[in-house]
Amino acid sequence: MTAAATTTAVPARTYKAYGRPAWRRFLLTREMAIIALLVLVVVVSLAVVPHFDSPLTVTYLLRDIAPILLIALPMTLIIITEEIDLSVASIVGLSSVMTGLLTHGGWPFPLAALAAIVVGLIAGVFNGFLVTVVGLPSLAVTIGTLALYRGIAVGLLGTTAITDFPQDWTELAKANIPGTPVPAIMIPFVILAIIFAVLLHFTPFGRTLYAIGLNKEAAAFSGIDVGRTKFVLFTLSGTVAGFAGVYFTLLYSNARGDNATGMELQVIAAVLLGGVSIFGGRGALHGVIAGVLLIGVLGSSLRLAGITSDIINVITGVLLILSVVSASLLAWLQKRRSAAIGRKKGQAGVSSPSERATR
Amino acid sequence: MFEFTRSRRAGVIAALAVGVTLLAAGCSGTSGGGDSTGGSGGDANLSITMLPKNLGNPYFDTSTKGAKAAAAEFKGTLDEVGPSEASPTSQVSYIQTAAQQGAGALIVSANDPEAICDALNEAKSAGVKVVTFDSDTNKDCRDLFINQATADGIAKVQVDEIATQIGDAGEIAILSASANATNQNAWIETMKTLLASDHPNIKLVEVAYGDDDDQTSFDKTAALLQTYPDLKGIISPTTVGIAAAARYLSTSEYKGKVALTGLGTPNQMREYVNDGTVTSFALWNPEDLGYLAAYAAAALIKGDITGKDGDTFDAGKLGSFTVGKDATVLLGDPYVFTKDNIGDFDF
Repeated sequence: MTAAATTTAVPARTYKAYGRPAWRRFLLTREMAIIALLVLVVVVSLAVVPHFDSPLTVTYLLRDIAPILLIALPMTLIIITEEIDLSVASIVGLSSVMTGLLTHGGWPFPLAALAAIVVGLIAGVFNGFLVTVVGLPSLAVTIGTLALYRGIAVGLLGTTAITDFPQDWTELAKANIPGTPVPAIMIPFVILAIIFAVLLHFTPFGRTLYAIGLNKEAAAFSGIDVGRTKFVLFTLSGTVAGFAGVYFTLLYSNARGDNATGMELQVIAAVLLGGVSIFGGRGALHGVIAGVLLIGVLGSSLRLAGITSDIINVITGVLLILSVVSASLLAWLQKRRSAAIGRKKGQAGVSSPSERATR
Repeated sequence: MFEFTRSRRAGVIAALAVGVTLLAAGCSGTSGGGDSTGGSGGDANLSITMLPKNLGNPYFDTSTKGAKAAAAEFKGTLDEVGPSEASPTSQVSYIQTAAQQGAGALIVSANDPEAICDALNEAKSAGVKVVTFDSDTNKDCRDLFINQATADGIAKVQVDEIATQIGDAGEIAILSASANATNQNAWIETMKTLLASDHPNIKLVEVAYGDDDDQTSFDKTAALLQTYPDLKGIISPTTVGIAAAARYLSTSEYKGKVALTGLGTPNQMREYVNDGTVTSFALWNPEDLGYLAAYAAAALIKGDITGKDGDTFDAGKLGSFTVGKDATVLLGDPYVFTKDNIGDFDF
């Protein structure tokens, strides 16, 4: 009799698959906040900034930020595993110089471009080797290779520049998709973005990146080959930077050792703005793409409005700090909230049904 | 629930802040545009955009000051824009912006002769007149180049100054930048020719290279003075070199005994001119350079000139100028700075 009473009084516990309803999980995220901010900036700019509504804005904007967009894809994956690659801009410079030197040396352009991309790949492999096989921290390694690759690039060409490239190719780099103001470079970008998005969000490989970022010891103990995974990421990063270098060279018809100096910081800033945690384990690609676009659109709009570059830098910097601070603030609030809920649940457990009804 | 309202609120505040900034920016931009169309009066679009290599550089602040003065005289508007660092491609987005805004002309000092070429050509086909000053691009990327000084003029002024200061006789040395610096080497060649033809009693004993590094130039100056005890003068055709040499001389026993001249900027050299270490040095006047560039841009906009060889235009207080070969306008002879005029400059 007592046994029957207990079974009816305590039903089996059920657990919800998610703590929050689906719409909240999709809409109330940092990524969505950045996308909303991007839309807002575009709408406000369209309304008040003269000349912003011209199709040229789209062309110039996408053309100029394409290298950052490209490099931000692998960078997102790397930062999610709590590593960093500071050498990307130097790889762009190195690849640019290789493209120039080989084209100048009489190679057919497609072959020279391919060789430059392979140089990027090798640079990435070297980073990966030092980080995973030798086991050095990626921050130190890539600060070193930032200087090393830049040094090689500047050393190969000196202060001269190679500016003579086949016109078909330079025009292709600047061409738009017929009938639209969207530059053709967006086609390879979208393909790459889809590949990276699938890789990160819909494959076991992608899940392992988050696991490594959150706790690499735990990831290693659950059978993930942490070293190999990171090695793949640094190789990808180098290769994409190599490709961006070829594009950069064609876009400005200019191969120089100091091309794209400082671009690594623009990439990392955009990735962090897009909601990726510098401590690893958190972030999504749509947020990163929105982050790059947000910085680009804001710059373009403020320039058209006649704001000087210093103020643009200040605004971008403040935005970045706010976004990083808001992430930690949110995490803190969330912790407090779960603690509060825990306390309430504890009280609820001892409170009588009448008390609960009055609340 | 707490967390969501908070995050949404934070988002809204951030969004509002950005929105307000943009609104303010947009309004100021619009009113600026209104002024320019209203101010020009005639049908010519005299709104000019000035794009130096980078902002916050006293040299370009001075040239912009000159250009603004010129714009005020011919009742146009002149806005200065530019990147914060002088990298080869950092000017491209500003050129694109000027083209989109429909500026009448763009005055640019190129960070790279080639990298900004395509952007300039796009601007030209959008109807923007392109004038380069201080640092040129390839000649098919612009309508006109305002040249601050010719190699011959720069070489001659330095030889003349040293000859006057040492009494046209004795040993001199040159303290240059790096051994493969294109400009400096061209000037030094011309100086050697001038010394041989016009100043037979002056003997050039050595060309030393300070690599445009302050400490290296300082050390090389010391070495020159020890190696050649009879040295009477030093020419340093680079701003880093002349300042380092002046610093060495001013604290040594050679102060006032060994003459020093070359290319320098007033702010670097003020101290040494005032304490008597240096009697004179040369450079061009960036204020006049900006002033002339603005007048040339206005002449192009109005259609008075097209950049053809032999075109002439009037440049306010500087008088009349003629367009030379390769669509180039020469500012004139280099400017000699002495104790009497150095106080008028701040760059």
